[in-house]
Amino acid sequence: MIQLENVSKRYLVKKALNNVNLQIEPGHIIGLIGSNGSGKSTTLKLIAGLIRPSKGTVLVEGKLANRRICAKVAYLSELDAYYSFFTVEQTVDFYARTFSDFNREKAEEILQFMKLDRAQKVKDLSKGSRARLKIVVTLARDVPFILMDEPLSGLDPMVRQSIIRGLLSFIDLERQTIILTTHELAEIEPLLDTVILLKDGTVVATERIESIRDKEKLNLVDWMVKNYEQ
Amino acid sequence: MIEPFNPSSPIYLQLCERIKNKIIRGSLVPGSRLPSVRELAIDSGVNPNTVQRAYHELEESGVTVKKRGQGTFVTEDPEILEQMRRALLCRHINHFVRQMKDIGCTEAEIVKSLNDYFKQNEGGEGQS
Repeated sequence: MIQLENVSKRYLVKKALNNVNLQIEPGHIIGLIGSNGSGKSTTLKLIAGLIRPSKGTVLVEGKLANRRICAKVAYLSELDAYYSFFTVEQTVDFYARTFSDFNREKAEEILQFMKLDRAQKVKDLSKGSRARLKIVVTLARDVPFILMDEPLSGLDPMVRQSIIRGLLSFIDLERQTIILTTHELAEIEPLLDTVILLKDGTVVATERIESIRDKEKLNLVDWMVKNYEQ
Repeated sequence: MIEPFNPSSPIYLQLCERIKNKIIRGSLVPGSRLPSVRELAIDSGVNPNTVQRAYHELEESGVTVKKRGQGTFVTEDPEILEQMRRALLCRHINHFVRQMKDIGCTEAEIVKSLNDYFKQNEGGEGQS
């Protein structure tokens, strides 16, 4: 379980998160949604232990989220973060050496699924292939929590679908939990079971997708718009 | 291609409908095995927990039977299959009649226009 208790985060004078309380149960695919600047990436970085809260505590399975929490959490950055002079294969090797939980076999499977050429240099890959490579090295880690910051943004529909299918093929919800941020709501909706809606650094709502559809008769896009208009 | 879902009803119910339609159409025959939760999740691009819920729903209503260690199978009980067919038929008729009444048709008109329609399309391949 992930717990945020009275968490605030300030960047110099700008408040990114304001007194957030959250509990994230394991075994789900959770969408963290909200407008640009609502605090989605900040929330993920806090859980990944990459930044520290200005106030409050962030716990992952009862442990304070600091830099050592990366043993439990895989984090996919929205930025490209690898060495461009590496080949695909060298990138995978690098991750395998860096993380003791890295599952080499699984990485091979995902590489094949994503149709990546292991001899190609990262700097020569298309944006879509770089995005796929990021998915490979993130999903190949056997960790309980996988965080993905904008895994679909700026990609064509074929790449987006291969990423969605890849996610479904290579995660194990009995042991893993995924939290991802996205603006591609219509596309990602069937993949999620829970959404957390952020607005101006606060949590507006946490809901099950199916109960939004069931009770409010709304899809995710309309539900978000409605919540933002209030 | 991942088939899209319609926006306002729960996804697990739409999955149930898709499976029932396949059974009625005969592309899933009585006694055959349904794909595993994982297979269907990947195939339809849907969260495995949602697929699980759809399977639970189908099992609850008797349309499928779960055999331990083997998977989920379409029931071979003709009564349940017939019931399911009739329920679907009723629902479609209900929907059709409501729409016809919405545009001001009387019952007699509906029956007449249906008959006319079938006469006109006689010899056609009986599209539904």
